[in-house]
Amino acid sequence: MAETLLFNALRDAIDEEMARDPMVCVFGEDVGQYGGSYKVTKDLYEKYGQWRVLDTPIAENSFTGMAVGAAMTGLRPIVEGMNMGFLLLAFNQISNNMGMLRYTSGGNYTIPTVVRGPGGVGRQLGAEHSQRLEAYFHAVPGIKIVAVSTPTNAKGLMKAAIRDNNPVLFFEHVLLYNLSEELPEGDYICALDQAEVVRPGKDVTILTYSRMRHHCLKAVQQLEAEGVDVELIDLISLKPFDLETITRSIRKTHRVMVVEECMKTGGIGAELIALITEHCFDDLDARPLRLSSQDIPTPYNGALENLTIIQPHQIVKAATQLKSGSF
Amino acid sequence: MLEVSVGSSIGFDSFRWLDPVQSAPEVQATPVMTQEFALKLPPETMAAEAAGSHAQRLAAFTAAPLTVSREEGLMLYRDMTLGRRFEDKCAEMYYRGKMFGFVHLYNGQEAVATGVIKAMKAQHDWFCSTYRDHVHALSAGVPAREVMSELFGKATGCSKGRGGSMHLFSREHHLLGGYAFIGEGIPVALGAAFTSRYKRDALGDASSDSVTAAFFGDGTCNNGQFFECLNMAALWKLPILFVVENNKWAIGMAHERATSEPEIWRKAAAFGMAGEEVDGMDVLAVRAAAQRAIERARAGDGPTVLECLTYRFRGHSLADPDELRSEAEKAFWAQRDPIKALAAQLIGAGLASAEELKAIETEIDAEVADSVSFALAAPEPDPTELTRFIWAED
Ligand SMILES: Cc1ncc(C[n+]2csc(CCOP(=O)(O)OP(=O)(O)O)c2C)c(N)n1
Ligand SMILES: [Mg+2]
Repeated sequence: MAETLLFNALRDAIDEEMARDPMVCVFGEDVGQYGGSYKVTKDLYEKYGQWRVLDTPIAENSFTGMAVGAAMTGLRPIVEGMNMGFLLLAFNQISNNMGMLRYTSGGNYTIPTVVRGPGGVGRQLGAEHSQRLEAYFHAVPGIKIVAVSTPTNAKGLMKAAIRDNNPVLFFEHVLLYNLSEELPEGDYICALDQAEVVRPGKDVTILTYSRMRHHCLKAVQQLEAEGVDVELIDLISLKPFDLETITRSIRKTHRVMVVEECMKTGGIGAELIALITEHCFDDLDARPLRLSSQDIPTPYNGALENLTIIQPHQIVKAATQLKSGSF
Repeated sequence: MLEVSVGSSIGFDSFRWLDPVQSAPEVQATPVMTQEFALKLPPETMAAEAAGSHAQRLAAFTAAPLTVSREEGLMLYRDMTLGRRFEDKCAEMYYRGKMFGFVHLYNGQEAVATGVIKAMKAQHDWFCSTYRDHVHALSAGVPAREVMSELFGKATGCSKGRGGSMHLFSREHHLLGGYAFIGEGIPVALGAAFTSRYKRDALGDASSDSVTAAFFGDGTCNNGQFFECLNMAALWKLPILFVVENNKWAIGMAHERATSEPEIWRKAAAFGMAGEEVDGMDVLAVRAAAQRAIERARAGDGPTVLECLTYRFRGHSLADPDELRSEAEKAFWAQRDPIKALAAQLIGAGLASAEELKAIETEIDAEVADSVSFALAAPEPDPTELTRFIWAED
């Protein structure tokens, strides 16, 4: 099979699921005639028509709320945030309505929705377009959160998210849309709640997700040369964490670090390390480390932007120190 | 920076604009409009004046003709009485420490819930409410026992004791829910209306003709979701009624102090959709207006803003000292009690006798009393099920 770009893998997943289930529809800005700002819904408007691929006005809180009402009455909407950051406007609908409503209603309603779109720090997009909402939404009960990182997992996770009967926040990354890979044949799905062991190793566990997986892979090449045997885990599921895979790895390596793109304070790593401390305290031979973005708005200047997020050389250094115990 | 902004300040300009001494002749449109408004009023509005401009608007309406049958009339009377007596019982139970939290009662506004919901098809059309939701739930058909036990936090409540007063839900009775944040129910209701259209137009199901009614207050009409949803509803001709229960107050914020155009129904025109104002204390008028709007919606002719001028007879919630509303205003509205008005109409037209209406009240009182004993005896939610209902699978 030919190689597929990540945005096309997502598109194929949506296309296949829309063909499979007539209740699946897409709401968002420019998702229809324009095909999506990152072309994830390219040609679907022509194929499925204006109702199933709905071009909405620029009204994030209301079209997200509308997706909730549509889901409560039988549809399975996929909401595209043109940029995930814009969904800050829909925080109320995602938290109060998607996340809490099933519980608050005592099980009267289910909210099968997918909220997806590009997040993360891109190339000099400025602070507002470079946000990592996964940390902000992490505390919301009742939603699943996944972050995709390769064309293969993008497709399989998208299909799983659409089929799931719960609300799923689905994080893509602006800089990963053009990653290309040969996809597995046929109709496959990936589990929404399972981490992926990208590379097994025995010295240090690195937990990461989304674009940072690729920074870690670069670092791992160098670390290999330096004799540090890294176990690299892509979390995939940011909520709930795949604690089983994580603890199994730590019980093997006894050393763990988190590499994340969100800011350090209240970040994904903060929660992860708290959990690790609770579950694996006695297995640890060194204090756990967090490599996170600076706690600042992402600056526009390219050099400053690079200093804001973690770079491969920092991962190399931290992993080496973690192995040798020399802090 | 500071000098520049003062020199060319829009804020400074608008300050002068508001000051009559400094205002230029060409910007004296405001007093003229006030005069026009005053001219529109019938002369016998002394009481209405004391009760404020909201009441003055209402004075311009005449009672809707009695077009209902005896059965319909009694059904409406029964439903409004249930709403009223249920809420009175809630106040009693709240003060007796049987229910907690914020409890917002609906007394005075019954003609709106009854007028709209009883004009719609039960378990077919959809209803969406706010934190002031008990009576919408009852009118939609949720049994009083389920509503009362929800307020008591019991396992038999319509939301299994997880929701409370502001979060009543019933999928069975197509109650999309009570929503406690201002405006957030409006998009949800829009989604239900979208599903109706989707099933017809995307899936080719010609029988899909359900209509959704979204209920919310005057204060909520200053929130963006109101405008965003009006736009989308009109754009896609969605089968929805935006039912504004304009009770003149948003907690302590008088309607005129919160909005630039107090006649909310007029805002519909900006979106090219039908708008209508109606005496919200006249259940027959509300019913007739709702029927017109429902017909339009079912026929695919799109949404309507239905502004019902009404009044709440109690404070905003049972915790509200209600210090801002004048006695004259309250007295004016007490005169227009929608239940008494319907009773007088039914009796006057010979459709029912005072004894029959009394008998209905007695039946309703028994139903409400039954809901209380049911709720008192009902089990508490199972503590081992604390985390149940988070996920679709449990
Ligand atoms: C987003 C949000 N802001 C503020 C509140 C607090 N609040 C509850 S009711 C209310 C007034 C609403 O007035 P209105 O829409 O006229 O409805 P009414 O209570 O009169 O029925 C306010 C400000 C809230 N619930 N949600
Ligand atoms: Mg009000």
